[in-house]
Amino acid sequence: MNQLLIDYTLHLADNSLILGQRNSEWCGHGPVLEQDIAITNISLDLIGQARNFYQYAAQLINAQDKSEGPKAPAPLERGFGGEVTEDSLAYLRKEREFSNCLLVEQPNKDWAQTILRQFFFSQYQYLLFEQLQNTKDEQLAAIAEKSLKEITYHLRWSGEWVIRLGDGTEESHQRMIKAIDELWRYTGEMFTPAEYEKTFGIDFNKIKEDWSQKVKIIFDEASLIPPLGGGGAAFMQTGGKTGKHTEHLGYILTELQYMQRAYPRCEW
Amino acid sequence: MNTFDLEKIFQEKIDGEIKIEPKDWMPDAYRKTNIRQISQHAHSEIVGMLPEGNWISRAPSLKRKAILLAKVQDEAGHGLYLYSACETLGITREETINDLHSGKAKYSSIFNYPTLTWADMGAIGWLVDGAAIMNQVMLTRTSYGPYARAMVRICKEESFHQRQGFEILLVLSRGSEEQKAMCQDAINRWWWPSLMMFGPHDSESTNSEQSMKWKIKRKTNDELRQNFVDMCAEQVKILGMKLPDDKLKWNDKKQHYDFGEIDWNEFWNVVKGNGPCNKQRLDARRKAWEEGEWVREAAAAFAEKRKARQQAA
Repeated sequence: MNQLLIDYTLHLADNSLILGQRNSEWCGHGPVLEQDIAITNISLDLIGQARNFYQYAAQLINAQDKSEGPKAPAPLERGFGGEVTEDSLAYLRKEREFSNCLLVEQPNKDWAQTILRQFFFSQYQYLLFEQLQNTKDEQLAAIAEKSLKEITYHLRWSGEWVIRLGDGTEESHQRMIKAIDELWRYTGEMFTPAEYEKTFGIDFNKIKEDWSQKVKIIFDEASLIPPLGGGGAAFMQTGGKTGKHTEHLGYILTELQYMQRAYPRCEW
Repeated sequence: MNTFDLEKIFQEKIDGEIKIEPKDWMPDAYRKTNIRQISQHAHSEIVGMLPEGNWISRAPSLKRKAILLAKVQDEAGHGLYLYSACETLGITREETINDLHSGKAKYSSIFNYPTLTWADMGAIGWLVDGAAIMNQVMLTRTSYGPYARAMVRICKEESFHQRQGFEILLVLSRGSEEQKAMCQDAINRWWWPSLMMFGPHDSESTNSEQSMKWKIKRKTNDELRQNFVDMCAEQVKILGMKLPDDKLKWNDKKQHYDFGEIDWNEFWNVVKGNGPCNKQRLDARRKAWEEGEWVREAAAAFAEKRKARQQAA
């Protein structure tokens, strides 16, 4: 049971961290100053969520190590003094150990893709955390509840931008269509639970149903259409939740983890 | 009232420490000087996001990443206040930004130096923000009201940034040999460019005299620079590091530190556009602006459509 909780917590942490890292690439390069600030804000919120989840996972792992002895071979790198920390989890795990969804590791490309990725994920995260705040694990429930306030803003902001771009100019409309074409294939994975997601009382069918409905409402207002009318027929890529990623993740980690790998066992 | 009387009233206000407000009469040159200075300052905030932004994706811990992101975001916020202050003088943000992109408007030369290691995040916070604060604290009392008020807000955040920067260096100075070397190297590279931030010697500064009379500036370049040297020469001791200047020495008679001469050749070279990153910085700003054009157009088109729909309904 504890291993499932650890795996699940790490999955939630990885989702937030990787999307936070992606969004932070915009900082200083946004299309307009106010939006540069907005996307950076979202990035900060996501990194904050990731830290909460990693800290909790570290606590669980350290407690488990004490009672059962470290697992051999160690699935996770140990940080200072053999203790796992938020940083050892973020900076010393490898490509196959990260379990974020494929969606969040996709490149920023243009503002349309960044916006759509955020909207798809925030809508999912909103529905997921709504349920998660009632889960029996108190710590996860508390993090979910705290994060929901932020996610409500992310969802409103990204939803408004989907509408603005979809119903803006011909160019912005075309760019949104292209973004949908790029990203839709990574949405199905969010609703397909991995083993570690199955014991927390989350109704993934309901999330999927609600997500599709909410996306349709925003898309209607934006004059956008999901592939195949949003039906179940479009092919969906999966694998991120079990560590089989797109080729992008390796590069994200190379940058993210550079300092900890180049100067091991230092304090910063 | 003729111009002579208006100018007299204007100077009386300045002398009486009454702030000049956007709707007040002001000499054209006063308006222009303020536009030049405030917009330069705004551009410096925005261009200044780039060297530090360079390390966001590689920050060595999650806490450091969050602090750095928040800091760079603060700079964007400062840019916003300053562009707004500038707009009160009758120039739009777009015009101001175009002047940056065309090369007509300047920004602080310090941002034309590259950030090569993580320690540069500390050195920028300590030295570059430290030098900026010297200038900005003075500007909280500048004669143009909107500028002075923007500076009050900015100063509060800047002094926080400076402490964060110093703390980055403090951790490095107590770390491994490699970390200590990284710390000293960053101080070596950022020290002289930081001193250059105060501008040419008073004897060489073309804008200084009139700006002092109008109380846009309230201390001279050399006065501010001396204050900065005095401060850093003490703080560097806490780090157990050295400032890269053989001539740096306490002068008991003057009650100030003596220090070496700036390489003015390098200073003017960077001002003229030949610093290590002048081209990259401007290119990055232009690229963001150009690639964002369709986004701004879409937002404007959508706002128009929405307005038309609301009027029709």
